[in-house]
Amino acid sequence: MSLDARSPYPQDLRHGGVRASARAFVDRVRTGDLGALPVVVGLVLIGAIFQVLNPTFLSSANLVNLTMQSAAIGTMSIGIVLVLLVGGIDLSVGSVSGLAGAILAVTFVQFGWPLPLTLLAAVASGAVAGFCYGLLFTKFNVPAFVLTLAGLLAFLGVQLWVLGRVGSINLPFESWIVQFGQQMFLPDYMSYILVALTVLAYGWQLVSEARRREAAGLPAMSRVVIAGRVGGLAALLGFVAWYLNQSRGVGVMFLTFLVLVTLTHYALTRTRWGRAVYAVGGSVEAARRAGIRVDRIFISVFVLCSTFAAIGGVMAAARLAAANQSSGGGDTNLTAIAAAVIGGASLFGGRGSAFSALLGVLVIMAISLGLTTLNLDSSVRYMVTGAVLVLAVVIDSISRRSRAAAGRA
Amino acid sequence: MTSRTPPVTPARPEPLLSLRDVSKRFGAVRALTGIDFDVHPHEVVAIVGDNGAGKSTLVKILSGVHPPDSGTISAYGAPTSIATPADARDLGIATVFQDLALCDSLDVVSNLWLGQELTRGGALDEIEMEQRSWTLLRELRARLQSVRVPVAALSGGQRQTVAIARSLIGDPSIVILDEPTAALGVSQTAEVLNLIERLRERGLGVILVSHNIADVLAVADRVVVLRLGRTNGDFLATEVTSEMIIGAITGASDNSRRRPALAREDGE
Repeated sequence: MSLDARSPYPQDLRHGGVRASARAFVDRVRTGDLGALPVVVGLVLIGAIFQVLNPTFLSSANLVNLTMQSAAIGTMSIGIVLVLLVGGIDLSVGSVSGLAGAILAVTFVQFGWPLPLTLLAAVASGAVAGFCYGLLFTKFNVPAFVLTLAGLLAFLGVQLWVLGRVGSINLPFESWIVQFGQQMFLPDYMSYILVALTVLAYGWQLVSEARRREAAGLPAMSRVVIAGRVGGLAALLGFVAWYLNQSRGVGVMFLTFLVLVTLTHYALTRTRWGRAVYAVGGSVEAARRAGIRVDRIFISVFVLCSTFAAIGGVMAAARLAAANQSSGGGDTNLTAIAAAVIGGASLFGGRGSAFSALLGVLVIMAISLGLTTLNLDSSVRYMVTGAVLVLAVVIDSISRRSRAAAGRA
Repeated sequence: MTSRTPPVTPARPEPLLSLRDVSKRFGAVRALTGIDFDVHPHEVVAIVGDNGAGKSTLVKILSGVHPPDSGTISAYGAPTSIATPADARDLGIATVFQDLALCDSLDVVSNLWLGQELTRGGALDEIEMEQRSWTLLRELRARLQSVRVPVAALSGGQRQTVAIARSLIGDPSIVILDEPTAALGVSQTAEVLNLIERLRERGLGVILVSHNIADVLAVADRVVVLRLGRTNGDFLATEVTSEMIIGAITGASDNSRRRPALAREDGE
């Protein structure tokens, strides 16, 4: 996992030996390129504080809960990261997720469709919503803020209409989707195999890249740094898997979220599409002049955002084993947006990474879970989450200023 | 490019691009009237003129932003038309506009290859792009410490260098530079002027639009003066003084008689 959440190109490792890498890191922090440092420090602090207040907070069972609760909002947050990267916003992910949950419940329970078909319908509803946004945004230049605010209402209406008079539909407990959301965990050995494969793939990628760079006469990462990175990743993932395995283990739904984060990260950093997304977020005009089809990029990003929202809605319905009129309502929208921002995606476009969604949602859910286990009600939770969001934006703003002072934009 | 002869020789190579009697109107405004214009390989042609003289319109015609109303354009000896920016690109004409249109948050390599990235098995080929970026920048003798810094961290001259280098990625034969030194300091201007000479050494035809007569005389082979949408002088840089150019720009001297275009003007 790259911890370089704010740098546009986490794979642009500062190539060189151990000392060069360390110096580059210190330089970056000093010039305001904080990367994921604040949010990682924040996570550690949150863990420490709640552990002191409540000795069961960091227990394995509680952390398994944390991962399962993070998956749905986190998936929506990936989409938010994408729209933030192109300098847009989507205020309607909550409604779109609620609609997807409603479509899942109605087609599965009332119409008796086979599960794959209902899942497809639910996720497709998100893609269609995003396509509408994309067309309206690019053809009529409607600001994304107003457009998705209108979508928030419209899709809430569609959600209520789909649910009909019933208002709330329970999904059968024995169905695959509810099992997926509540009961499906990786067997211990499977989790370790996955960790090993991930670490191997990461190490292989670093080594082959370093070899190609050496062959091309470019500075390459030293073997010591590669060993350090691979060892660090192995230690981190291995420990997480082992600790979660002390109780129920690694949830399949959480794993799905992690896979989506990784795929998005790959698409953003390693494909022409991803490069175009960052370019559009940095300067639309520059991207247009460079021959990038800016409209297509915007449409693809809106489609992906709403699709991720719909997947998140399906996950939320699976976890709750029900879809109702308040699915995706309340603070869902703002939590998803706050998670992306706390995780380091800039509200002004061009900065952020798919891992912003993961880190941000863990922070928000840790706070929420910590306060709940202390028997504090949601009033305190909202206040604390709000304060953390403000803190994240302030840190972003300060680091932007010192970046500007150091000329690193 | 068929020839490697240096500029200003008796046996001139065929022009890369030549405009004959090109005119452009915007409503009632005659932006350009009966312009003749040539650019050869290994040649830096400067276009100078006061505000409103038609420099930008000429650049936009050459880069395909505005098609001309009348007149003929030929490239490499064959008649052609430049209706869209894509046509210009296909003819090997690259334009570096005054606002460089770089993405500040992206690094040098990303900016150079933006929109035409190299891929390897579907994924970006960062290594190949970085290597070729270095080759190109070294050829241009650009002073850059690293190609992995965001463009925002570069000086004005370095940004101009990156913008010009980017125009070379598509391997053009003509590069149009719109006021490349307008916002630069003394040493950075020198850097860009050196770069223009590198482009000429590479055999490119360079069209340089500038207000700065000193820069123009330092680097150009030929100076074309526009005044009120007409050509008011076409000088060899070796035979002209800045007073003569200023005279032609302001209209104190009328050089349009030197040109055969005047004969056609009567017919209009």
